[in-house]
Amino acid sequence: MPNKESVIAALIDKNQQALLRGWLAAQKRDNRSRETNAPTADVAEQFLRHLATGAAGGRFDDISTPEWAPARELLEDFSRARVSQGFSPTETATFVFSFKEPLFEVLQREADGLAQIWNITLLLDRLGLYTIECYSRTREEVIGRQQQELLELSTPVVELWDGILALPLIGTLDSARTQIVMENLLERIVASGAEIAIIDITGVPTVDTLVAQHLIKTISAARLMGADCILSGIRPQIAQTIVHLGLELNVVSKATMADALGLALRRTEKVIVDRAKVTAGTGD
Amino acid sequence: MLVESDETMPLRTSDDVVRVRQAVRNRAVGAGFSLVDQTKIVTAASEVARNTVDYGGGGTLKIEVLRDGVRRGVRLTFSDQGPGIADISKAMTDGYTTGGGLGLGLSGSKRLSNEFSIKSSPGQGTVVTLARWK
Amino acid sequence: MSDIPILKIGDCLLVSIQVDMHDRLAMALQDDLTHRIVTDRARGVMIDISALEIVDSFIGRMLNNIAAMSRVLDAVTVVVGMRPAVAITLVELGLALTGVRTALNVDKGLAMIRDLIDSPEHTNARRER
Repeated sequence: MPNKESVIAALIDKNQQALLRGWLAAQKRDNRSRETNAPTADVAEQFLRHLATGAAGGRFDDISTPEWAPARELLEDFSRARVSQGFSPTETATFVFSFKEPLFEVLQREADGLAQIWNITLLLDRLGLYTIECYSRTREEVIGRQQQELLELSTPVVELWDGILALPLIGTLDSARTQIVMENLLERIVASGAEIAIIDITGVPTVDTLVAQHLIKTISAARLMGADCILSGIRPQIAQTIVHLGLELNVVSKATMADALGLALRRTEKVIVDRAKVTAGTGD
Repeated sequence: MLVESDETMPLRTSDDVVRVRQAVRNRAVGAGFSLVDQTKIVTAASEVARNTVDYGGGGTLKIEVLRDGVRRGVRLTFSDQGPGIADISKAMTDGYTTGGGLGLGLSGSKRLSNEFSIKSSPGQGTVVTLARWK
Repeated sequence: MSDIPILKIGDCLLVSIQVDMHDRLAMALQDDLTHRIVTDRARGVMIDISALEIVDSFIGRMLNNIAAMSRVLDAVTVVVGMRPAVAITLVELGLALTGVRTALNVDKGLAMIRDLIDSPEHTNARRER
């Protein structure tokens, strides 16, 4: 007595061309906004074959088994491609769901329609949902990559003057960011021989105990490399929070980067003079 | 998760500690660790290796290179048959030591690792396992 | 006697650690340096660790000890050449190098020692500005 799965497998094999034609027509109709083109037809044909293989050997209520591996891999590649082509999750899943129409037609004609329809619905639903899962995962990978790039781009180190570096921090300071900040800063200290680093936190929204710890780590690391730090960009609310939380930063801090630069220049024995005053003084 | 490779080294003398640093460095490089990550795991290994030699009466280190999907990691297992640690949480407190040193060894190596566990009791020896992932 | 050479530059001693030290060597160096500070009447000690890939708590302790002993002998200690990866790891490890001043390289280290020895009041005033 053939089981329901092998009945479906045999049906698919026998009616492959008709199913393919009907499926592509259904996709075209369902995805009105985009054309169904040749590559999709290829993928559809391969999927039909994998569907038949899976149906012949596997069960309909569990697509995680090895029999369904070729079908899963095909759908995963398909979903990834759809993400990069800018399709929506629905459009991507419709690839699988639109197969129901032609398949149900064949089932009605050639087999005990109703019983089979329930089983195959279960299977196609699972496969359709699988494409959505793959789609989400691909999107998350893209977001992760972009986050990483953002992290690296948003921690520039600038040399304000001989031996004076400035590190304007923008955004929250978490431990991942702190690692990158420390690496960038220390590398620049080595490359420039700077003895003073101004860490500006104007762009850091809040300073709590954790952020303070990260700042302290960065300052300690710079000190070990022979560079002294000046903290600048302390907004009044931040000053209040620091006192309120009893945070000991152990670093000279200034309200503005201008003040910090002034201090740094004095420390490095530099003086800025008003040119008019100088020339007047020499009697020129 | 699978173990790509493993090797076991003796930890009896301070020369062994130097060898351990070099071996862990090689494995970390092989696993594609960044320079900072390499430095962290080798430093952690140095701390625990020294403990094993100085307080554990000597023991062994097993170095495993792991792979979990795309991620690769290095796991170190230090074992000794020494006196064991009576109060682990106290030993993990910075500054605590029975031997007269700075006592940063265990808590410091925990901070430098992604995973850290320690099993020890008086008379049962000590097993410290730590891992760092790329 | 440790195998690590200790050079004399004026009234400073310069040690350059080139090898991955095992513990006995580190202890021997500590002893040697302390003796040399006395015999050479050194006012400054510079320890170049630019070749060290690892500084763990034992080496950290050694550096702290050297700094403490030289202070008792009225000499200043400056550690130079720490690698960025080492600095980041030390900070994560939580090791505080107490009483150890640091400079980027030998040049700056010598300048710092000169400042500290020759005009301590001048240096203090600069710090407070």
